[in-house]
Amino acid sequence: MIKAEQKPFEEILEYLAPYNKILLSGCGACVTVCHAGGEKEGALLASALRMARQKIGKPLEILESTPARQCEPEFAQELSDTIGRVQAILSVSCGVGVQTLARHFPATQIFPGVNTTFLGETVAHGVWEERCQACGDCILEKTAGICPIARCAKQLLNGPCGGSSNGKCEIKRETDCAWQLIYDRSKSLGQLHRLTEIIPAKQWGVQSRDSGPRRIVREDLKV
Amino acid sequence: MKSGSNLEKVFVNGHFAVTAELGPPKNNDVSVIQRKVDFLRGYVDAVNVTDNQTAIVRMSSIATSAFVIQMGMEPVMQMVTRDRNRIAMQSDLFGATALGIKNIVCLTGDHHTFGNQVNAKNVHDLDSVQLINMVKTMRDEKTLMGGEEKIEGDVNMFIGGAANPFADPFEFRALRTAKKAAAGVDFIQTQCIYDMERFKEWMKMIRDLGVHEKVHIMAGITPLKSAGMARYMAKNVAGITIPDAIIDRMAKAAKGSEEGIKICVEQIQEVREIEGVHGVHIMAIEWEQMISKITEMAGLLPRPKVE
Repeated sequence: MIKAEQKPFEEILEYLAPYNKILLSGCGACVTVCHAGGEKEGALLASALRMARQKIGKPLEILESTPARQCEPEFAQELSDTIGRVQAILSVSCGVGVQTLARHFPATQIFPGVNTTFLGETVAHGVWEERCQACGDCILEKTAGICPIARCAKQLLNGPCGGSSNGKCEIKRETDCAWQLIYDRSKSLGQLHRLTEIIPAKQWGVQSRDSGPRRIVREDLKV
Repeated sequence: MKSGSNLEKVFVNGHFAVTAELGPPKNNDVSVIQRKVDFLRGYVDAVNVTDNQTAIVRMSSIATSAFVIQMGMEPVMQMVTRDRNRIAMQSDLFGATALGIKNIVCLTGDHHTFGNQVNAKNVHDLDSVQLINMVKTMRDEKTLMGGEEKIEGDVNMFIGGAANPFADPFEFRALRTAKKAAAGVDFIQTQCIYDMERFKEWMKMIRDLGVHEKVHIMAGITPLKSAGMARYMAKNVAGITIPDAIIDRMAKAAKGSEEGIKICVEQIQEVREIEGVHGVHIMAIEWEQMISKITEMAGLLPRPKVE
């Protein structure tokens, strides 16, 4: 899922300085799972903002809402009635959700309350790690189900660099070396021979974000 | 002949090759290059010119290599995939060969966060194996990458790569070198060797894979200046192992730098005896003035004159 982290409180306060009535919109999907922008985090942030503004004698009125999925137009639409009553929106959904609201409400200023960080998984309670870069051409069949594009700092496709030491990456010593993981899993699967094949250069310019923003059109689903 | 470089000829004629390393200046001062070339000329067959090593901004390896040629020495231009995509690298290969550069070492490069531009966007369009293959395609197939666009003229490079027998997973290290061989590498320079037993074990795996018959392996040697340097490298540089026996020997020596040179010479003599090792790559980091002494003590002089 998409992972995010709340922006520094002072930064958010600064965005909202010119306003006295806003909508704080959370999201019931990914950012709820990673405790960055769900209903609970939204309520906590709203209280903190109200207190901070009260303290400086410039009270801030905050309406709160948490659509099930802020990135889906029908859920964004639920906010239509509220939008007319506020001067700005603070969205604590991911960057996709922020842009869905921006598209639907062209006359209302919107600010991001979180930094969207990566596509990842929960590895322990309170710990998330990046797993996918959405490169557009999955090669997990070649790398024992472990992605070197998302998990190797140099995105190496043909084996570990010289900085792999005791299973860890030299760049961040708490990070597992993706190629050590690939090697170990290939070995336990009896598939080491597959690692001798050269993986050719990726077609970044055609399939990835480098081709410009991507779009999927499914004729069979269009109405 | 693939490029007709001096280094290639030295190998082809069956000599034990010697290369050294030259770090470009952290500015545009050509006199720094001249000073280093003056220390090295005549003592080695060619000199590696590093490409912004440790991600510290320096004069480009292509420009420095061109100066090295003007100064009467043969460069081995290093090229890292960290900073340039395939468009820029192929463009630089045209430029480099036009400038008379005949050897290249294809590398991924040190991660940019180790350097002085930590906010840079790293590129890694290709990895080192793919870069090796791209240069070989340009040289042997005479096309740009992808095979569609024909190249007029020759991109004659003697293609090198690196290997680190001391990083993990150890069992994969020789396989990775075999991949570089399959991609088209002509010679390999290794990371600095201190753990000789592990290097010998790696060389055995290289021989078992038959890589030594396709590729010239050059053993990487770095003279230690002091026990402090040895301890620092052992502790802080991932992928370098220094046995305690060497650190102890450096610590007990009356003069660390002299002991470091002695150890270096012994290492050269030892790797020379290993089947499949065709040369040494001596990386005297900011200590280029010692190359003449090391090569003389190791019996590597005079360097062969080859046609």
